[in-house]
Amino acid sequence: MSILVIAEHNNNEIKVATRQVISAASKIDDNIDVILIGYKCDEVSKQLSNCVGVSKVLVVNNEKFKNPLAENFSKIVLSIAKNYSHIIGPASTFGKNILPRISVKLDVAQISDVIKINSEDTFVRPIYAGNALATVKSNDKIKVITIRPTSFDPIPKEGGSGLIETIDFTEEDTSVEFIEREESSSERPELGTARVVVSGGRGLQSAENFKLINEIADKLNAAVGASRAAVDAGYVSNDYQVGQTGKVVVPDLYIAVGISGAIQHLAGMKESKIIVAINKDEEAPIFNIADYGLNADLFEALPALSAELDKLNTIEK
Amino acid sequence: MKILVTVKRVIDYNVQVRVKSDGTGVEKDNVKMSMNPPDENAVEEALRIKESGKADEVVILSIGGEKSQETIRTALAMGADRGILVQVDHEIEPLAVSKIIAKIAEEEKPGIILMGKQAIDDDSNQTPQMTSALLEWPQATFASKIEINDQKALITREIDEGLEKIKVNMPFVASCDLRLNEPRYASLPNIMKAKKKPLDLKSIEDIGIDVKPRIEQIKVEEPPARQKGVMVSDIAELVQKLKHEAKVI
Ligand SMILES: Cc1cc2nc3c(=O)[nH]c(=O)nc-3n(C[C@H](O)[C@H](O)[C@H](O)COP(=O)(O)OP(=O)(O)OC[C@H]3O[C@@H](n4cnc5c(N)ncnc54)[C@H](O)[C@@H]3O)c2cc1C
Ligand SMILES: Nc1ncnc2c1ncn2[C@@H]1O[C@H](COP(=O)(O)O)[C@@H](O)[C@H]1O
Repeated sequence: MSILVIAEHNNNEIKVATRQVISAASKIDDNIDVILIGYKCDEVSKQLSNCVGVSKVLVVNNEKFKNPLAENFSKIVLSIAKNYSHIIGPASTFGKNILPRISVKLDVAQISDVIKINSEDTFVRPIYAGNALATVKSNDKIKVITIRPTSFDPIPKEGGSGLIETIDFTEEDTSVEFIEREESSSERPELGTARVVVSGGRGLQSAENFKLINEIADKLNAAVGASRAAVDAGYVSNDYQVGQTGKVVVPDLYIAVGISGAIQHLAGMKESKIIVAINKDEEAPIFNIADYGLNADLFEALPALSAELDKLNTIEK
Repeated sequence: MKILVTVKRVIDYNVQVRVKSDGTGVEKDNVKMSMNPPDENAVEEALRIKESGKADEVVILSIGGEKSQETIRTALAMGADRGILVQVDHEIEPLAVSKIIAKIAEEEKPGIILMGKQAIDDDSNQTPQMTSALLEWPQATFASKIEINDQKALITREIDEGLEKIKVNMPFVASCDLRLNEPRYASLPNIMKAKKKPLDLKSIEDIGIDVKPRIEQIKVEEPPARQKGVMVSDIAELVQKLKHEAKVI
């Protein structure tokens, strides 16, 4: 068996998700190649070759592939797909965009969002917004899989010594053109990998009030998340959304403020180690899954929490 | 120009899904079914494009059991022109669905195929990308804005890092996010009118595509339940518990 992992990166750095996918791959076999497609991504190829468990880094370096257009990336992967028993990527918007194209061209069924690997052909994945877990077996010759990154611990970034090889590929799809990317920049930890996440919902009432959430997040060195309702209302941008159609997070601590706890939201956070819910409705479903529930008005609770965290910090100092 | 919109009949998003005790799947008997939510956005967007004068026909396609006719009728009541149902009696995987959609697209020759970004039952998020690859038409996934100008479309896509804009040639395949628009409700007169709109039934034999599942479902089970926690009386108690009991701050 030999496994091909598709690296997600930004031409400077590999995403943590890539190391989590390599970790998942290593549960299948230790013969793992990683394909890196990008432009001026030498630094990334070194990072990948240092990752534990990587045999080979296959690099396609071309200005045409600076931005990850699925049409181009899938064709590049297809050009070497026949050498592999498994083709694996992250279940991020990057991976979701590319892998189904590879799968259909190989005429195999894709297995999406795998959270557990039972064997080389049997996997567990959530369905119905995580209300059920399906164990599925693929009988296809090549297995095309997306991995839910947060379900796997990233492999160490130092200690490996993978070979770096270049692949020539220049064919470009001209029916699609990249225009621009608006990335929300933030000094805070990345939502998908943060140890602590503080999320706000419709209860926050405005974009302005989200500063109450931000303040707590800063004191806990946390990422900020949101419910779909908060995003739809324009309090924060789409990349903050946690849930079935947003991001899946598994932090040590998840604090849900002014969020009712719809199943679509729970789908993105209910695996968190400790869940705290602050809600003024004592019947809110979020309390059913919270380790610690506080039935209170968030406009009183958040300033109080902020003050209490300050006290804690002074005691420690 | 014609727009083809795909709609899937799924368990309504408000239903608390229950796993069957024999581990073969989830309970579907006597459960409320409705149109997959982002497919409603796809229908709405098609209607808006038509209303702006840039398209002249909206065709609805579903692949599923006989009851999927109801889902198609819902889209017709919203304002779509006609429907096609490809009848299949068992669960069918995105791979086969995309082949059927591509086949219908070759016959219908739409300028745009609008689909939902994800079916909320299987949560696959595959079919639009597969359809695009099969047809060799560009893909515009997770679209939250679609602007059409002269045989090209400018698409705003929701990605993990924020937003991305791409320009695609027509014909293209788009998968719609819930934030693309606010789907309209069908009025009573339109629901009546929809009953008379054409709905073409096709059998899988008519299409001539192998729809045998490739993936074996070994079992379906409930996820491990979380233990119920405790209510705290105030912030001071909460912080103490997080610090000394859970040890997470
Ligand atoms: C197909 C589909 C996919 C979806 N995907 C997602 C997803 O990925 N993520 C997601 O989050 N949702 C998703 N949703 C939406 C989901 O169903 C809910 O509508 C949404 O999660 C509700 O957000 P909310 O809890 O912020 O708002 P609400 O349900 O309105 O809850 C607001 C809560 O705030 C509390 N509150 C109000 N004021 C205060 C106050 N002053 N102090 C304390 N508490 C207060 C209220 O008691 C209430 O519980 C999806 C829906 C569909 C149909
Ligand atoms: N059986 C089906 N009939 C019609 N459309 C479908 C079907 N399955 C999937 N689709 C379309 O493909 C989208 C994505 O589905 P999926 O890839 O299963 O997550 C859905 O939102 C639908 O628009």
